[in-house]
Amino acid sequence: MLDIQHLYKTFNPGTINEKKALIDLSLHLNPCDFVTVIGGNGAGKSTLLNAVAGVWPVDQGRILLDGKNVTPLPEHKRAVYIGRVFQDPILGTAPNMQIEENLALALRRGQHRGLRWGVTKKEREEYRERLKILGLGLEDRMTVKVGLLSGGQRQALTLLMASLKKPKLLLLDEHTAALDPVTAAKVLELSDRIIAENGLTALMITHNMTDAIRHGNRLIMMDEGRIILDIEGEEKRKLTKRDLMERFAAVAGYTLENDQTLLTKD
Amino acid sequence: MEAYFASLSFLKLLKNMPGGVAQGLIWGLMALGIYISFRLLDVADLTVDGSFTTGGACAAMLILAGWPAWAALLVALVVGCAAGLVTGLLHTKLGIPAILSGILTQYALYSINLHIMGMSANKALNPDKNHLLLTSRYIPQAILIGAAIVFVVIALMYWYFGTEQGSALRATGNNPALARALGISIDNMKVLGLALSNGIVALAGGLMAQYQGFADINMGRGAIVIGLAAVIIGEVIGRALLGKHLNFFGALSFVAIGGVLYTLVMVIVLWLKLDSNDLKLFTAIIVAIFLAVPYFRDKAKTSFHKSARREVPHA
Repeated sequence: MLDIQHLYKTFNPGTINEKKALIDLSLHLNPCDFVTVIGGNGAGKSTLLNAVAGVWPVDQGRILLDGKNVTPLPEHKRAVYIGRVFQDPILGTAPNMQIEENLALALRRGQHRGLRWGVTKKEREEYRERLKILGLGLEDRMTVKVGLLSGGQRQALTLLMASLKKPKLLLLDEHTAALDPVTAAKVLELSDRIIAENGLTALMITHNMTDAIRHGNRLIMMDEGRIILDIEGEEKRKLTKRDLMERFAAVAGYTLENDQTLLTKD
Repeated sequence: MEAYFASLSFLKLLKNMPGGVAQGLIWGLMALGIYISFRLLDVADLTVDGSFTTGGACAAMLILAGWPAWAALLVALVVGCAAGLVTGLLHTKLGIPAILSGILTQYALYSINLHIMGMSANKALNPDKNHLLLTSRYIPQAILIGAAIVFVVIALMYWYFGTEQGSALRATGNNPALARALGISIDNMKVLGLALSNGIVALAGGLMAQYQGFADINMGRGAIVIGLAAVIIGEVIGRALLGKHLNFFGALSFVAIGGVLYTLVMVIVLWLKLDSNDLKLFTAIIVAIFLAVPYFRDKAKTSFHKSARREVPHA
């Protein structure tokens, strides 16, 4: 589904702030893969997601989505293939617009937007049904402006928006990091459900080892712009936090004193 | 003091009110254009000082050339759109900050407007010889026609910003990161929005030239400030009167009403015999006050000063 070949990205090249963020990174995702991405600050996790989303052009390498080379496409032209949820709940929705208007914008992701009505009666019914699944009571507040919702509600809504028009790839960029633990757990559970029910292929960044182990069918760990661990299937199911730390030490050449130094604890 | 009050005739004020309404409707129409850039796109577009004049100049010259007034206005609208397009392209394609792009276009328009008016700073229209859509000579008619045009523009804007494209434009102003992630080209939307905005502003300029009976190279000076005044006065009053029930149609209507209210205040100020040379200062003060209202409303709830004065609980 997603095929990343030999990706390079350096920020501020030739300056004192030069940062090699991605170094010869290759990654292949099969359809319905749900991959959690873990790593310390500056490991290149967000850079990887932004490269796939097309936030800026990469220096070298190729990104293929479902066989199509999307490397030359800018962000808004890749949007047709990609659903995204950001870390900051404020980024994922238009606060001055109504819940149903936000959903209608998302339903037309990557499509031509002409002079037909922005929200039709028929789709309103669909939104109501979908919002019911969230269990937040938003189905009765569809004309409320999103700016009045809490961070957790917004993140749940953003998840729904990202999957409303089925994306080939769903990118979750630490989308629970800004939420309180209870809400974060709920949003994660919702992510699991939406990914499973829609058969989505997903990349999820997290700072939390436990979450990375518990969710998805595959885990990759990044360090200094490279993928240093790639664990899937049965091996991933049996993985513990201790395993992960030991394997990190073996590959990275330095030890994680505990998971708090580089990764936040659960 | 007594002599001053004795010199004020209330009757004279009443006599000037209808003219203020007619003119205010035209400023209100212009403010609707500014609402698109200022509120929906979140861009302070200074092109309007130039494009308002451009609209007036185009309309006046075409009417003098024998064109019907409606056709002249249509051309004014299209040329206004072109001015907005230039600002939009300067901003999105050349990477010039929006506010500077507007200033550049406005500056260039001064020369262009002079060219349009055949290198003369002033072109007079004669309601007796030229066929005008509205004129200050027949004020009731001017109010009716002005109100009808404002209503049509509000209805069109209400429709357009409810469509897929209009929603995309609003999303661009509201959250550009989201808009991009949803496949909206925010560059295109900004150019489109600036073009539409300046089209409406130029239309208002074309009406103003007819109403006052001339197009003048300086007629657009300060248009952005008057427009902002109308937008903000309208919003504050709309929110005060309707509160949560203020929908988009209401918001647009109050922008136009804001234009009328602004002009009526000016009529009163002139009636009070304030020097007309001080009007711009006065307008700027009004706009500054109304722009500060939302800020102070927030401040009223929480401030360092207040928190310092509150007693420490359980102390």
